[in-house]
Amino acid sequence: MREDNLEMSENVERYLQLDPRSAAISQPPSSSSSAAAFVSPANKSRNCNSPCPDHVLENVLENVLQFLTSKCDRNAVSLVCKSWWRVEAQTRFEVFIGNCYSLSPDRLTHRFKRVRSLVLKGKPRFADFNLMPPNWGAQFAPWVAATAKAYPWLEKVHLKRMFVTDDDLALLAESFPGFKELTLVCCEGFGTSGIAIVANKCRQLKVLDLIESEVTDGEVDWISCFPEGETQLKSLSFDCVDSSINFKALEGLVVRSPFLEKLRTNRFVSLDELHRLMVRAPQLTSLGTGSFSPEDVSQGEQEPDYAAAFRACKSLVCLSGFKEFTPEYLPAISPVCANLTSLNFSYANISPDMLKPIIRNCHNIRVFWALDSICDEGLQAVAATCKELRELRVFPFDPREDSEGPISEVGFQAISEGCRKLESILYFCQRMTNGALTAMSENCPDLTVFRLCIMGRHRPDHVTGKPMDEGFGAIVKNCKKLTRLAVSGLLTDEAFSYIGEYGKLIRTLTVGFAGDSDMALRYVLEGCPKLQKLEIRDSPFGDVGLRSGMHRYYNMRFLWMSSCTLSRGGCRDVAHDLSNVVVEVFGSDDDDDDDFTRDYVETLYMYRSLDGPRKDAPKFVTIL
Amino acid sequence: MSTSFEKMDEFVNLKETELRLGLPGTDNVCEEREKVSCCNKRALPSEIESSTRKSETSPPRKGQIVGWPPVRSYRKNNIQTKKNESDNEGQGIYVKVSMDGAPYLRKIDLSCYKGYSELLKALEMMFKFCVGEYSERQGYEGSDFVPTYEDKDGDWMLIGDVPWEMFVRTCKRLRIMKGSEAKGLGCVV
Repeated sequence: MREDNLEMSENVERYLQLDPRSAAISQPPSSSSSAAAFVSPANKSRNCNSPCPDHVLENVLENVLQFLTSKCDRNAVSLVCKSWWRVEAQTRFEVFIGNCYSLSPDRLTHRFKRVRSLVLKGKPRFADFNLMPPNWGAQFAPWVAATAKAYPWLEKVHLKRMFVTDDDLALLAESFPGFKELTLVCCEGFGTSGIAIVANKCRQLKVLDLIESEVTDGEVDWISCFPEGETQLKSLSFDCVDSSINFKALEGLVVRSPFLEKLRTNRFVSLDELHRLMVRAPQLTSLGTGSFSPEDVSQGEQEPDYAAAFRACKSLVCLSGFKEFTPEYLPAISPVCANLTSLNFSYANISPDMLKPIIRNCHNIRVFWALDSICDEGLQAVAATCKELRELRVFPFDPREDSEGPISEVGFQAISEGCRKLESILYFCQRMTNGALTAMSENCPDLTVFRLCIMGRHRPDHVTGKPMDEGFGAIVKNCKKLTRLAVSGLLTDEAFSYIGEYGKLIRTLTVGFAGDSDMALRYVLEGCPKLQKLEIRDSPFGDVGLRSGMHRYYNMRFLWMSSCTLSRGGCRDVAHDLSNVVVEVFGSDDDDDDDFTRDYVETLYMYRSLDGPRKDAPKFVTIL
Repeated sequence: MSTSFEKMDEFVNLKETELRLGLPGTDNVCEEREKVSCCNKRALPSEIESSTRKSETSPPRKGQIVGWPPVRSYRKNNIQTKKNESDNEGQGIYVKVSMDGAPYLRKIDLSCYKGYSELLKALEMMFKFCVGEYSERQGYEGSDFVPTYEDKDGDWMLIGDVPWEMFVRTCKRLRIMKGSEAKGLGCVV
């Protein structure tokens, strides 16, 4: 990490043709803005013949600050005094923006002059569940336009839930000659044409990771667009690109990418094709296996030795894919099981009998994702072997509210007893008990992320019939490191009083179909001192509950409340009283025009912003 | 386009006076029927269940809520639909359909259709065009639009050239070609 920082600062310096010793005297940010955050630098420094004391301090500070990478540390440093603010701004190379609407691109480019890595997040998470009409916003376009001018040395862009077009990707590829890493998570708006341009023009590209994004099939053979000759590729993930791949070109690309460590293919890559790739790239550490089914089982031909290919990949620690897998071939991965630290079976309908022989050897697994098709029995097998497990996610094979649900508190409790080092859990089930939650809270004190989804709404403890209050209470009381919590099941206001009182480190809280009254919301907003992100749906919270958080909304990233009992007037009052918070209300996008007379607020999304309400809000959004 | 809307309106008005077996206030059956009538299919109640399960715009079942359980559609769409080998029902055979000049792609389930004429009718309605007359020798005549498909060898073929079962097995995706490009294909056979 540190070498990266030094190397990048050298790159930036070279680009700016700056002498590092005189960095403190570089072009000052424009002082034309009236915002209090801007600082006009001292002019006296220009006329000094020998370094002034101020300068010396700034030079020293700059050299020290280079080693600070955590954004929290940097934010703290920038608050010390104006001089420190200035130096910190000049030495911040990686910028993280958790809500793209919390500031304008201009503000970014004015404050930070040497950004080489940008992380931007757009839509709020509930948009993933169709709770937000399309075309709400979060366009990458203004950001790429601004950074193209301000940071020609930009190397890394990481976007989550942003709307990115092919044109945006083209501008990116053309504007940043040293561009190295592009990661798009849960994004949409672009297609194979855009990817092709990036592949072709970004000659220094190390990382091209497309993760759970919607990619339009423009029928462009983008794999063939990588330039000839050796590439710098370290990571290539395209499992969400749902169109067929020119396999010959892919194979050729892998052959000329000696630094390739991570390769995640899509379901159009068959098992025999995967075999050919593995043989050419035995150095891989992370492999997304595509379909994991052979193309055609023809009688005469000799089948490739898949197990041998896996055996040859001695560095393989992470496996995923299996999107259309054929069970007979699953044992081929056995040679790598002992080395695996991460295994993702969450797209494969794997039964307990298929899982057990595999998981039995996975002693080093730290991250395990699966479908509930593995049943409680499969979870027990995991608990018996995977003593190093840190993260478990179990998704529903049949994601409907009234589905059977093959896992329950039995598997859950087994995991808590077997995997004591557990830090993060996401668990979808239909049956749960307070006892199991309490057991996990006691067995797994290192939990930082606890997300339980009892799929049937308002379901109580299925043994005692009581609400799930005590179970979640135990979690927040005993798991002292908890930073993220998602609750479900039948919950009264009492559960929220526990959360508010004991959830001292909780930053993200997700609530759905829970609570009895505004008191629940009050408990949370008057407690949970570290709360940053609060997302609520379908719960009986109204204007009174909303007002109980007035003292803290500016210090949060956002609040989302949908299908609660908010009124337009109540939301308007909040907007009126908090000038630095943007209050958006909207419903489904086919509301009629006499929206204005309706008092009921379907969705409230509010967030702090340094630059006021956005100008690109679609018709269905009203900014109060 | 307007004719199907008119038909829908007629249907909706009839709803008021219709005698049904459902409990008062249950609108599910009607909702489903309206969706089906968009496709110009007169479906029997027993057919409604299966067709709405396969259609992209099926209304949520009774009790289903938008976005609940909270599983991303990317994940839902990717979970392997092939169940055990013993599952004879055969989950849908989804292929993408594109039309030259149309800005969107559609997906259809080939297992919904029993033969070429059904498939072509469905395509015609989906994309609002007409195919010409098909003959083995000349391909499609009388229309600018020619329905083609890509088989698993990557070759582009005219829809109708091979027996239906073989088509369903080997078809990877469909493309409705327009204009001169399409004419060329007719001669390949």
